[in-house]
Amino acid sequence: MKITLRVKRFEAGRDREPYWAEYEVEAEPTDRVLDLLHAVKWHQDSTLAFRRSCGHGVCGSDAMLINGRNRLACKVLVKELGARITIEPMRGFSVVRDLIVEMEGFFAKYRSVQPYLIADGEPPANERLQSPEQRAKFDDTTKCILCGACTTSCPSFWSNPDYVGPAAIVNAHRFLFDSRDQAAEERLALLGDRDGVWRCRTIYNCTEACPRGIEVTRAIGEVKKAILLGRR
Amino acid sequence: MYRGGEGQWAWILHRFTGLGVLLFLVIHILDTFVIVFGPETYDKVMALYRHPLFRVSEVGLAAAVLFHALNGIRITILDFFPEWSGRQRQFFYGVVAVFVLVFVPSAYVMLKPLF
Ligand code: FES
Repeated sequence: MKITLRVKRFEAGRDREPYWAEYEVEAEPTDRVLDLLHAVKWHQDSTLAFRRSCGHGVCGSDAMLINGRNRLACKVLVKELGARITIEPMRGFSVVRDLIVEMEGFFAKYRSVQPYLIADGEPPANERLQSPEQRAKFDDTTKCILCGACTTSCPSFWSNPDYVGPAAIVNAHRFLFDSRDQAAEERLALLGDRDGVWRCRTIYNCTEACPRGIEVTRAIGEVKKAILLGRR
Repeated sequence: MYRGGEGQWAWILHRFTGLGVLLFLVIHILDTFVIVFGPETYDKVMALYRHPLFRVSEVGLAAAVLFHALNGIRITILDFFPEWSGRQRQFFYGVVAVFVLVFVPSAYVMLKPLF
């Protein structure tokens, strides 16, 4: 089938305004949007810039705004979208070039929640034991691939770039609800601050945007509750 | 426009109805304040409210307050019970259903004297 692909393009330092480029691409209904981008880049216009690495929904490189929703280009199929497909860079990040956005601020917020196990004292001789029930509490939030789809679908983030954002909260949740971790207090202090979880208005765009199916808003809600009630 | 789901629409409506109610409160404070210019002026200003246009806006106000309240309850419930998040859509349709059930008869009662 014939696909009309509209891509919002912009190069920082060269273009004054973003502009729309249109490409005609021949594709199978079972092709991924990433295949369309490849078809353009390899055979029509090599200046088109986008990120991708694994091509299989694991690395989180190619989140973009596809027909008005944040999706991974490597996971969404042509048949889900129809013959006219519009692609824009994720909202709320500055555009470096075409679909490539500046994500340093995003990763700085990720690092700010200390996304690693913090446990003081002597490590046990064997592994740190945990029951299946304890593990289940944070199972959902282990699945994050840091693509940015949730954070850039969030109206609170669009209007306040200082908001720590859904992705960082998900990764904080991953350790906050881990029975082996001991740094809850520090993380909760950060997330309970002005630009922490209370910026969340329970809109659910993040949950719907997550290509991994993480219940993001639920995780944020659990962190809110942990701060409010002082227990997890 | 980002194509968000029910949650995004609920949020947008919540903002607009919130602003609408705020606007009413400002007007209401101003009209009460008119009493300092004497009872006659006050009565004259109050007479304005009997204009059909105001009647209709009053129905709008009732709609705004009602939606804002119901959706506020929805958000509060979902914030306190994050484990129900999977059913947020049904909660939204619940809000819409209760809204229609309460609003339609109220609007009828409010607008009836106009006809
Ligand atoms: S290219 Fe790795 S997630 Fe899409």
